[in-house]
Amino acid sequence: MPVLARLEHIVKDFGAVRALDNVSLDINEGEVLGLMGDNGAGKSTLVKTIAGNFQPTSGTYVLEGKSVQLSGPADARRHGIEVVYQDLAICDNLTASANVFLGREIMRQLGPLKVLDHKSMNTRSAEIFRELKSETRPADLVVRMSGGQRQAVAIARTRLAKSKIVLMDEPTAAISVRQVAEVLALIRRMKDQGLSVILISHRMPDVFEVCDRVVVMRRGRKVADKPIAQSSPEEVTGLITGAIQTA
Amino acid sequence: MSAPDDHPGMEIDLLKGSSRTLLNRVLLAQETWIAIAILVLGLVVSMIAPKFATPGNLLNIFQNACFIGIMAIGMTPVIISGGIDISVGSILGMCGVTLGIVLNADMPLVVGIAATLAMGVLCGTVNGTIIAYVKLPPFIVTLATLSIGRSLALVLTNNQVFYEFGRASDAIVALGGGYTLGLPNVVYALVIGVIVLHFLLTMSRWGRYLFAIGGNEPAARLSGIPVDLIKISAYAFSGFMVGVTAIFLVGWLGAVTNSIGTGYELQVIASTVIGGASLTGGFGSALGAGIGAILVETIRNALLLAGVNPFWQGTFVGCFILAAVLLERIRSVRR
Ligand SMILES: Nc1ncnc2c1ncn2[C@@H]1O[C@H](COP(=O)(O)OP(=O)(O)OP(=O)(O)O)[C@@H](O)[C@H]1O
Ligand SMILES: [Mg+2]
Repeated sequence: MPVLARLEHIVKDFGAVRALDNVSLDINEGEVLGLMGDNGAGKSTLVKTIAGNFQPTSGTYVLEGKSVQLSGPADARRHGIEVVYQDLAICDNLTASANVFLGREIMRQLGPLKVLDHKSMNTRSAEIFRELKSETRPADLVVRMSGGQRQAVAIARTRLAKSKIVLMDEPTAAISVRQVAEVLALIRRMKDQGLSVILISHRMPDVFEVCDRVVVMRRGRKVADKPIAQSSPEEVTGLITGAIQTA
Repeated sequence: MSAPDDHPGMEIDLLKGSSRTLLNRVLLAQETWIAIAILVLGLVVSMIAPKFATPGNLLNIFQNACFIGIMAIGMTPVIISGGIDISVGSILGMCGVTLGIVLNADMPLVVGIAATLAMGVLCGTVNGTIIAYVKLPPFIVTLATLSIGRSLALVLTNNQVFYEFGRASDAIVALGGGYTLGLPNVVYALVIGVIVLHFLLTMSRWGRYLFAIGGNEPAARLSGIPVDLIKISAYAFSGFMVGVTAIFLVGWLGAVTNSIGTGYELQVIASTVIGGASLTGGFGSALGAGIGAILVETIRNALLLAGVNPFWQGTFVGCFILAAVLLERIRSVRR
């Protein structure tokens, strides 16, 4: 599997707090990577570093073979890295299609004016929802949607730009069991389309259900990085708590 | 603006669901219910006071409603974006005084109009800039500018009343108080305002971003929307519409006092809210603002003609505000 992104000896300090301590990590094409760890272990910091929200204190970030310094999330997006910000990035009062295209609307010419091309945007988002096998309808208001459908809208946003890496920070934290299944199905579908997904989750069953590989963080360090098939929930629990040192 | 096209569920209306028939959508629209309220109120009052339903009186209602309505159109984008502008009455004072001073100095009407509109935009931009960049709550900022604006109007005029408009005297009165094709000129201003704002809200990026900011500001920012600039532009637009109102109002009154526009903010915000805008942001329409203003003026006029003590007016308008907000609540459950 080709490597899309590589972190080498990344350190991230917040004042005296070392949130990431010499973390190296490969992100492979078409792979779902589960990122686990206790509260404060550094998972979000790692993902935000990959997404360009944070610049590492030291270490190298290699994208497509070249060392990069991302200036921010917009820069990361240009490199094909998208973050699903869950509820934070969705407007309830807009339609699904308006949300998918928010900030990058398709315009059409109307006489001397440029106006919103509702039809093209609806058609294109309907296509994306079909690809994701989601029943979300483009012209429906998000406020009436289930948690799973909202996730589909957030994920559809990442599909506009033909991204390669999608980062998801606890997408299943605040939704019902049935909707969790829906989100996991969406993740599998992204993988089928050749995307790499990084899934942060506290839920062991989710990680073992969809991930190919699991990485465990503890106090800023990476303490495990192995194929999911060669691990077990017991081992991961031990790694998270520190009962098992490394694996 | 456009009928559903050949793709099922692909109609353009931003805020309506896909699976609804046209009739269903019309019945669910706040504007429809306000229009019905106006009709019912009108029927009841015309039985009590025959003078109500005369063409002269109806035209009178319409004309009075236009001044508030044009300002309500300006208020609508502000409220959609999750803000509020309670300084509009004072901005009207500033604009009116500007027009008075410029025309009093024997300047041509176009100069007066340009100065008035510029003053409105300037006041709105000041509001918007403080709100967007200093990040103070809109209510507080515009409460402060309400006070500042009214005081500056006094300072500028030194409590003088303007009724001499130099060489533009006839023109300003003809513009603000005159008729075109049987309708007061200000009616055309309102109708154009409704059409332009409806277009902007449903067909432009600006409108889309206003709704997004009102719906979820952090999300709008993450999407790369220039949130601060859009907010400032909303207040500037409100100021511009106040300027437009000032021009017609001064022409209609034929004089400028420095108390012009005092207390208007209440009626303007009431009209906008009755028309379906949500003070928590994210909802509102151009037509709603216009119809809301007509309802408020109808109530005022009806009570007057029905011989009710005018002290009761505020009570009635207040009850309609509550009813409109409750109606909005009920509709959002059914949607
Ligand atoms: N912006 C910041 N400023 C200062 N310290 C921070 C910042 N972000 C994270 N930290 C610190 O870095 C450490 C790692 O935090 P991080 O949010 O990455 O943990 P996490 O694994 O995502 O935890 P959780 O499971 O609770 O989300 C913590 O000690 C946290 O307090
Ligand atoms: Mg976290």
